[in-house]
Amino acid sequence: MANLTVEAIELTRLYGGRAAVSDVTFSLQQGQVLGFLGPNGAGKSTTMKMLTGNLAPSAGSVKICGIDMMEHPKEAKALIGYLPEMRPLYKEFTVDEYLTIAARLHNVAGKHIKKAVEHAKERCGLTHMSKRLIENLSNGYQQRVGIAQAIIHSPMVVILDEPTVGLDPIQIRDIRALIKEIGQAHSVIVSTHILPEVEMVCDHVQIIDKGQLVFNGGIEVLKQQRIGNKLLVGLRNAPEAVQLAAIAGVAEVEPADGLWRIRFHEGTQPHEAIVQAAVQNGWGLYHIAPDQTSLEDVFVQLTYHEAAGTDEAKAA
Amino acid sequence: MLNIARKELKSMFASPMGWIILALLTFSFGTYYLNGVNNYFEVMSGSIRPAERIGVTQFVGQTVYGLASFIMLFAVPLLSMRLISEERRSQTMPFLFSAPLSISEIVVGKFLGLVVFLSILVVYIAAMLFTLNIWADIDFGYIFANSLGLLLLVSSFAALGLYFSSLTAQPIIAGILSFIALFVLMILDRFFAGDPTSTMLKFSLMRHFQSFAGGLMDTADLAYFGLFILTFITLTIRRLDADRLRG
Repeated sequence: MANLTVEAIELTRLYGGRAAVSDVTFSLQQGQVLGFLGPNGAGKSTTMKMLTGNLAPSAGSVKICGIDMMEHPKEAKALIGYLPEMRPLYKEFTVDEYLTIAARLHNVAGKHIKKAVEHAKERCGLTHMSKRLIENLSNGYQQRVGIAQAIIHSPMVVILDEPTVGLDPIQIRDIRALIKEIGQAHSVIVSTHILPEVEMVCDHVQIIDKGQLVFNGGIEVLKQQRIGNKLLVGLRNAPEAVQLAAIAGVAEVEPADGLWRIRFHEGTQPHEAIVQAAVQNGWGLYHIAPDQTSLEDVFVQLTYHEAAGTDEAKAA
Repeated sequence: MLNIARKELKSMFASPMGWIILALLTFSFGTYYLNGVNNYFEVMSGSIRPAERIGVTQFVGQTVYGLASFIMLFAVPLLSMRLISEERRSQTMPFLFSAPLSISEIVVGKFLGLVVFLSILVVYIAAMLFTLNIWADIDFGYIFANSLGLLLLVSSFAALGLYFSSLTAQPIIAGILSFIALFVLMILDRFFAGDPTSTMLKFSLMRHFQSFAGGLMDTADLAYFGLFILTFITLTIRRLDADRLRG
């Protein structure tokens, strides 16, 4: 495949015999945003540490734009911008000083440093904070400095570990927009446990649980699973379930909290027929809406039914 | 590597710590220098035999460099303790690890940063002694040997401090440990003074500094300091590498 920016091949990490991450394989192309999901302690951060060369894998390898992280760590690291879970900020410096240091450490040429710092500040909305000590910034602004630090050398791959933790909703929106923007030209890996966020910014999703990759595929697959083929119908003068089931295309009917959950066959659209039947028979229709399985449910399904999950991963 | 050194220097001057230590040390060296100059004629007029008479450079230099080597024993651990342990504590290590730098570059860079800071003091002391030249003929070689000796001595302190700093996430613990270790190394020659042939004497930092203090540059001493610094830098690199491997 063309333009592979990240390749992780059979990554495994053991901690004293216990596998924190085992046999994780995936790849990422230029211009993709990958969402990395998983419950606490699933191995998200460990995987990210291995991708960025902060931790040596027990087995397997990482390639960034074709450069092996183990063999040529310097060249590979130069292509990555990384924001760890704990923001690596030197609080005794001002924003400008800190970003200048970050630019220098990432081999930004001397004459471009000023421009790079300005650009990073602009993208993260930090221009009015230039001379402030990082120590005195609010949590959200510190997080922005962390992101600015990760994108200052316009790396090919940006890896952000839980970038929206502790931000207010407006800032979260800004950061998401920023991630999308970066994702257009480069590759981004974002770890999170906020599910709607994944839907908003990512076009690829990976779910990891207990060190194993349980789902790996496009966001559409996940969305499809979510929307499914169910309708939630509310009827004031409810008929027998059999009558509902008789409508063409309806596969199954079950009561749900005073409403009816109607599952229909794939490819059919019985919505109209249901409404017509309701009007003709005077059932008193007051609610009809698609029944969405929440992303949380999908997530729970994937992570807690491991056997089923791996099948799905294979299918995807 | 130089970028790391620059960063370290900057962070030393970003807090009052660096300035305060510089100011305090400068003050004490200045006081000793003045005392040395004041006492010179008093002492010299007291010594009748020519053998007892020594030059002003040596007389003042002895006091100042003697004090410097002793005071650095306290000052260097104070400065070196933060180098790595502070990064561990505030979790900034990944910032350096994910930059395109090898671990050796990070460690050597940090070491250089501290040595440059300390050499400000060494240069300052030398400059102070050079002012004697205004009214006396001073022995430049003596000052040069002493400055080199002092620089090597504090670099060794710094290397050891750096290593202890890499062992813990608590700067204070690193500081205390390196102070104790340095103190033991300094006074080894006192412990084993009874047995001049003891090999333990060879490990005493002070003993190797003494020949420089006398204006003598011995390759054996140069090699000792060189090896000492190299050993602790290598240990630090290995220690950080273990972090990456074991997590």
